[in-house]
Amino acid sequence: MTMGQAPPAVTTSHAAAPGGSVVWRRRRASIKRTWLELWAQPQGKAGVIVLGLAILVAIFAPVILGQGVLSIVHAPGRQFEPPSLTYPLGTDEYGRSVLDLLAWGSRTSLLVGFCAAIIAMVIGTVVGVVSGHYGGWVDTIAMRFDDWMLVIPFLPLVIVLNVLLGRGVDKTILVLGITSWPGTARILRAQVLSVKARPYMERARALGASNRHQMVKHTLPNIMPLVLANTTITIAGAILSESTLSFLGLGDPSLTAASWGTMLDGAFSEGAVSRGAWGYLLAPGIAIVLVVLAFTWCGNALEKVLNPRLQQE
Amino acid sequence: MTLLEIKNLSVTYATEQGPVPAVRGVDLAVDAGQTLGVAGESGCGKSTLVAAALRLLPRSAAVTGEVLLDGRNVLAMNWGELRAVRWAQASIVFQGAMSSLNPVQKVSKQIAEPILLHEKVSERAARTRVGELLEQVGIAPSRMDQFPHQFSGGQKQRIMIAMALACRPKLILADEPTTALDVMVQAQVLTLLADLVRDMRLGMILITHDLSVLAQTCDRAAIMYAGKVVENGPTSEVFGAPSHPYAQALAGAFPRIGDQSSRYAPRGLGGDPPHPADLPSGCAFHPRCPVARDECRTVDVKLRPAGVDHSAACVLVRDELPSGEGVPA
Amino acid sequence: MTATTNRAPAPRQPSEATPVLETIDLHLTFSGRGLRKGFDARAVDGVNLQIRPGEIVALAGESGCGKTTLARTILGLEKPTRGLIQYRGRPLGYSSRALRAYRGDVQLVLQDPTGALNPRQSVYEAVAEGIRIHKNPGDEEQLVADALARAGLRPPERFYLSYPHELSGGQRQRVVIAGALALHPSVIVADEPVSALDASVRGEILALLLRLREEMGLSVLVVTHDLGLAWNIADRIAVMYLGRIVEVGPTEEVLANPRHPYTQALLAVAGDGSANDASRLTLRSGGRTRRDRPTLLKGEPPDPTRIPAGCRFHPRCPALADGRAAAAGIADACTTASLPLLPSATDRHLAACLLHDDVREAVVARG
Repeated sequence: MTMGQAPPAVTTSHAAAPGGSVVWRRRRASIKRTWLELWAQPQGKAGVIVLGLAILVAIFAPVILGQGVLSIVHAPGRQFEPPSLTYPLGTDEYGRSVLDLLAWGSRTSLLVGFCAAIIAMVIGTVVGVVSGHYGGWVDTIAMRFDDWMLVIPFLPLVIVLNVLLGRGVDKTILVLGITSWPGTARILRAQVLSVKARPYMERARALGASNRHQMVKHTLPNIMPLVLANTTITIAGAILSESTLSFLGLGDPSLTAASWGTMLDGAFSEGAVSRGAWGYLLAPGIAIVLVVLAFTWCGNALEKVLNPRLQQE
Repeated sequence: MTLLEIKNLSVTYATEQGPVPAVRGVDLAVDAGQTLGVAGESGCGKSTLVAAALRLLPRSAAVTGEVLLDGRNVLAMNWGELRAVRWAQASIVFQGAMSSLNPVQKVSKQIAEPILLHEKVSERAARTRVGELLEQVGIAPSRMDQFPHQFSGGQKQRIMIAMALACRPKLILADEPTTALDVMVQAQVLTLLADLVRDMRLGMILITHDLSVLAQTCDRAAIMYAGKVVENGPTSEVFGAPSHPYAQALAGAFPRIGDQSSRYAPRGLGGDPPHPADLPSGCAFHPRCPVARDECRTVDVKLRPAGVDHSAACVLVRDELPSGEGVPA
Repeated sequence: MTATTNRAPAPRQPSEATPVLETIDLHLTFSGRGLRKGFDARAVDGVNLQIRPGEIVALAGESGCGKTTLARTILGLEKPTRGLIQYRGRPLGYSSRALRAYRGDVQLVLQDPTGALNPRQSVYEAVAEGIRIHKNPGDEEQLVADALARAGLRPPERFYLSYPHELSGGQRQRVVIAGALALHPSVIVADEPVSALDASVRGEILALLLRLREEMGLSVLVVTHDLGLAWNIADRIAVMYLGRIVEVGPTEEVLANPRHPYTQALLAVAGDGSANDASRLTLRSGGRTRRDRPTLLKGEPPDPTRIPAGCRFHPRCPALADGRAAAAGIADACTTASLPLLPSATDRHLAACLLHDDVREAVVARG
């Protein structure tokens, strides 16, 4: 073992702690390492490629395609056309190109997925960390509430909330975020309990650290890897849920709305397949499956990469 | 009568970073009724050595040299002979033995397992033998149908020893048998081992990082550093008047109570024991050695005579010995 | 690298001034919960202990004797059930402000340096943490560099950005010590500070503690099971058994002339260096006779939920078993009379055993 090979001497400024750029350099190096390990796994590689593609499409759809593609009034094609050279995936009930709709739909699905997952992650992290750290009745109450939310069947709850709050993309994000945090909180709480028992937490207490300091400076950084891995899987779940909601007719009410779930709803209720427009049903379905899979792969690969370090520490 | 003779044993692990030499040419010998202590710190190869002797290492470990048990080379045996040797000729008391017991099986079943595997006896006969073994290690035979969690740490260790004796081996390899035990319980277990060695004329190799344990139970001591034996001799000499600088430093780290020279004078070395993947050139100890010379950086010394039946691997040893004395290492 | 036979300069005599830390009749009982309801574990069962400025005190005993619990209570990490802790003559308060102020003065060094450091914190951050928590005045970087240097990590700048897994075991422990030093404490409580380190590395950490005592007048309470360590660096030693101190006094007196049967038994198995250790327990091949064995205590270390009546050591006491107690006429009292607590303010060598006149008189006088 190369003993104490300290890095080359760094001249430090006196004003601030020798952090700043050098610490960031180290963090970037560590991120780079994680990335490389992720890329080295077949699951990780596949997931990253698919996601990269989906995100690119989502970002550039409005630029390349333009909003006009969504217009029902000025739809270019005939209804329910099967895939052809002009319309590689066929057309929908209004004659719009399914391919264009797919591209636009990716924006909604990914947006809802990300945002809902972020809300769930924030709430879940706060609840998990506070509950795990303080223990006692705070923990008991939080976890009983958590249990309660986990026990209520997901879809009925979401439907009820959507009815109460109204429909729209933002409401969907809120609803999904609120219903997804309990699982995250549970998982994080378990890791918090494990970190709490480690000697450096006791050292922090012995140094005189307040609860807030312990949670923010010690617990949080040490559970971050788990939070990250968990978030990717939450995103996948949120995308699936959003598609389900749209499919059930609870998504964005506007007529020109394009989300994969809405497309599925349209294709299904209009009987697209029996009319020959099989591309209309298949495309959004496959897209959903692929993206959800990609997120799951990434999440798994990330966990494999980050977990050994979690275990070592 | 020499029970075990290890000749030029080397073990190299194949890892992603390349071959890692864990043991580099070790010679040791144990007689019946004798205890040999092997002491060293992390990374010195002592546990690997013992596992290699019974071929318990994974396939990726390349083992060369000879391990002569009663004259037959264990490393060259076929599978059938090896299985016969394991436990019936030589058994191991593992490190952290207290966690080696299956928590959901009764103790009697666990001790009987090797007996039933090696000898063609009925279960009833095996049970009788289990009772005898438990008695031998100081545990009431009536407890044999209890589960491991019902015993204390020291008692579990005794159960492991009983298991090691199950097939009447001639040689016991004990790897850190008393780590994590309190000093009093440790002394009880070590006394037990010493009694067994004496009464049953066994040979024992005791691996430890704690020199005081070695000093209390072993006739001979071998100190290992970075995969090699750096000093080998009677315990009183190796512990009391070591010749190798590392052995001296190690002995100094275990102060004798009552010895004024160690009062307010802790002795230690800087640095860390080297990692087998990253060994220094020449004598592996030279970076930390207080009396290192230039040649130490390039020349790796073999064991040299430093007394009767006593050898040390240091260039300085020959200088201090009057010529004509000494015995082959 | 040079080997260090670190002979410290002659130890300064602990002043007779106010002890810096004192526990008075300290009790800590863990009440049984769930299945263990009704079984209260009296982890600390009446301890009077004093630590004077510039003194190194060793707290020795086997596992379960309560030494770690006592150390944690002294640090304010546990609240005593009875009795109090006095710091510089004033009782310790348990409000968060009082505790925080206290922690600036009394610091902890843990057993396992690898676990004690947050693997995601650089050395600089780990040492600066205490300073930031207490918002100590002064240039932070200067304080950190100073602490690292005093802990023997020189030049300090080279270690600022290292992470714990890049350092050796000895260096990690030095970082932990630097973290404690950064607050300029008066007392360091070290719980088995070297037992997780390789043997050849222990000396440098122990020498560091001695040097800190010399240079800064730091007091150290070392919790350990290793009597050799106490011999190496402690001025005084207190031996604990089942929650009480059974023997206390200057190290050389206690370890060379133990007065309590428990201490005697511990020393017998630790090896006192004067006899030839190698001949102790073994029989050489060739059928030579066995040397005398040290008396081994029977049984395992006992359970703090079931403390025996009378002298708590009496079930395992060799003096009771071999008749010395009966000969002294105290055998009855050993099993029934509860012994007084040993006083703390003393340089004398005391043992809580009825074999000794002063203790016997105290028990008799109490009636």
